[in-house]
Amino acid sequence: MSEIASDIALARTEGAIRRPAFLPAPASVAAAAAWIGLSALVALPPDLGDFGFTRELAIGFAGLGALVLAAGFLRPGEAGPVRRIQGWSPWLIVLAGLLGLWEVATAKRGWLPMPFFPPPQSIVEVFVEDYARLADSVWHSLRLLAGGYALGALAGFTLGVAIGWSRGVGYWVHPVLRFVGPLPATAWLPLAFFVFPSSGAASTFLVALATGFPVTVLTWSGIAGVNKAYYDVARTLGAREDFLILKVAIPAALPHVFVGLFMGLGSSFAVLVVAEMLGVKAGLGWYLQWAQGWAAYANMYAALAVMALACSGLITLLFRVRDRLLSWQKGLVQW
Amino acid sequence: MVAGLTAPSQTPASAVPAPIPAGNPAPASGAALSLRDVRHAFALKKAPLPVLDGVSFDVEPGAFVALLGPSGCGKSTLLRLVAGLEPPNEGRISVDGAPLRGPHPSRGLVFQDPTLYPWRSVIGNVAVGPEARGRLRAERGRVEEALALVGLSGFADAFPHQLSGGMAQRVALARALVNAPPLLLLDEPLGKLDSLTRLTMQAELVRLWQDKGFTALLVTHDVEEALMLAQRILVFSDRPARIRADIPCDRPYPRHREDPGVVADRRAILDLLGTA
Ligand SMILES: Nc1ncnc2c1ncn2[C@@H]1O[C@H](COP(=O)(O)OP(=O)(O)OP(=O)(O)O)[C@@H](O)[C@H]1O
Ligand SMILES: [Mg+2]
Repeated sequence: MSEIASDIALARTEGAIRRPAFLPAPASVAAAAAWIGLSALVALPPDLGDFGFTRELAIGFAGLGALVLAAGFLRPGEAGPVRRIQGWSPWLIVLAGLLGLWEVATAKRGWLPMPFFPPPQSIVEVFVEDYARLADSVWHSLRLLAGGYALGALAGFTLGVAIGWSRGVGYWVHPVLRFVGPLPATAWLPLAFFVFPSSGAASTFLVALATGFPVTVLTWSGIAGVNKAYYDVARTLGAREDFLILKVAIPAALPHVFVGLFMGLGSSFAVLVVAEMLGVKAGLGWYLQWAQGWAAYANMYAALAVMALACSGLITLLFRVRDRLLSWQKGLVQW
Repeated sequence: MVAGLTAPSQTPASAVPAPIPAGNPAPASGAALSLRDVRHAFALKKAPLPVLDGVSFDVEPGAFVALLGPSGCGKSTLLRLVAGLEPPNEGRISVDGAPLRGPHPSRGLVFQDPTLYPWRSVIGNVAVGPEARGRLRAERGRVEEALALVGLSGFADAFPHQLSGGMAQRVALARALVNAPPLLLLDEPLGKLDSLTRLTMQAELVRLWQDKGFTALLVTHDVEEALMLAQRILVFSDRPARIRADIPCDRPYPRHREDPGVVADRRAILDLLGTA
């Protein structure tokens, strides 16, 4: 979560310091009420069909409401991460409203056509009953992504530095890069699947390709754009070429490299899902395909949610790494 | 030559003490510098832009020489050539009798812009020299000493974007000093300082120079600064630069701004620059 948002949240709850010690923050009370109301909405009216897990869902929502209320009692300085829930109260209220709408439109009134739009409790059912297969899919996807991404990022970075630094390398690689680079990595898919010995190797190659192109181009442009005076300073201080590359050019280009890494991560997700759907027969992309084939729409939504969580988590991780390495920069974008 | 410029200085008894310490330069451990008919031009799209037009001068080991000249005349270019960052188109530059072959840590250059590395802390910036020469471990003490010399020990872990312009320039000075170069090239190192810090830093520069005995070549826009610091002042013409006047300036230190000799010299040099 962004520091700024949490600061605002803190400032907002700071205003509540003046409330008597035994009263919770009013926004938290409202949010807790919304979730307990949602719980009642799930539990009380009868379901149209025979959905499992209605009771469990109601209990879960009520539990969340209780947690939100409990967090509302905390003062500044107490249990920091839990107290931050106070700042999320407006979001929590809107979220409860949307979930309530979904519940009514599916399980209670059936406004949405049934097999395609399962109610929230069916999603819970998928997580409970099919978690093994889901976890296995996540594991396969992550393994494939990690291998391909690491390979592509490393190759792209090295190539980018080489092109940016050496005229000779640039002469030979630049035209190839210009001609082949813009081709979407998925276009290589049919070729890759019969050239490589296994579909796993083919997919790793495709993910690496999707990652490598943006990383190469941005590393290269980062190196090419380094302030020439940085080199002059180092040279008058006795630096040789290895110092100029490793300690001047690369750190100066790092902000660009990270832009490339972000773009590469985005396109590697796309390629990964397509490769899993068409060839690998494992991973979240395959799970989606499989669920659609069996008309198991609840499974599909569950897999989409997991996928969103995983992708967002990876992007967050990359942001953290960048913030760590580039803490010297001002005005970094917060994620 | 301009008359009156070399008048012996008398220190008026009533003079406000300038913050420049007494004492004579240390026995020369500085480098000797010699330029012979140096010419340089930049290749622009239409025609070459001549910047230096036959510049010749010699600097004795341990001397403090100021370079004055109109903006854009080629002073920074001259320092870059002496630092060895570029070879001159024509002419010879030699240090201690040996012709230049590229940059060397024995010739420190303080750039007109501080050009600190934004990804390194202040201490990391000062440590670039020892690190680049692979002697960081042995010279750690010198890095801290150089930082203390410019009064920034308290900012060792700050990053450049957290510094004021003047502080950044002091870090750049420390970075050049840490290599203990026998020849120090200074390109308006005090240009961005407020007038008070500037006076202190001028005194500090003289003290350093007296202490270490390096040869100093100082580019400045400030005639008074040249008169307070240098033993000799070279005045350059408009671009392409050639030497218009070579003015000895051998008053003892500390010098005083109100010294009639200094005041007269200042007026004479300003006249000279005005008609450049
Ligand atoms: N790399 C370059 N390429 C082309 N022209 C240049 C280059 N560097 C300097 N010049 C030109 O050479 C001339 C002298 O520049 P220089 O920086 O040496 O001036 P200067 O005397 O230091 O001026 P100032 O006192 O304003 O710093 C200027 O006209 C400038 O435009
Ligand atoms: Mg200049």
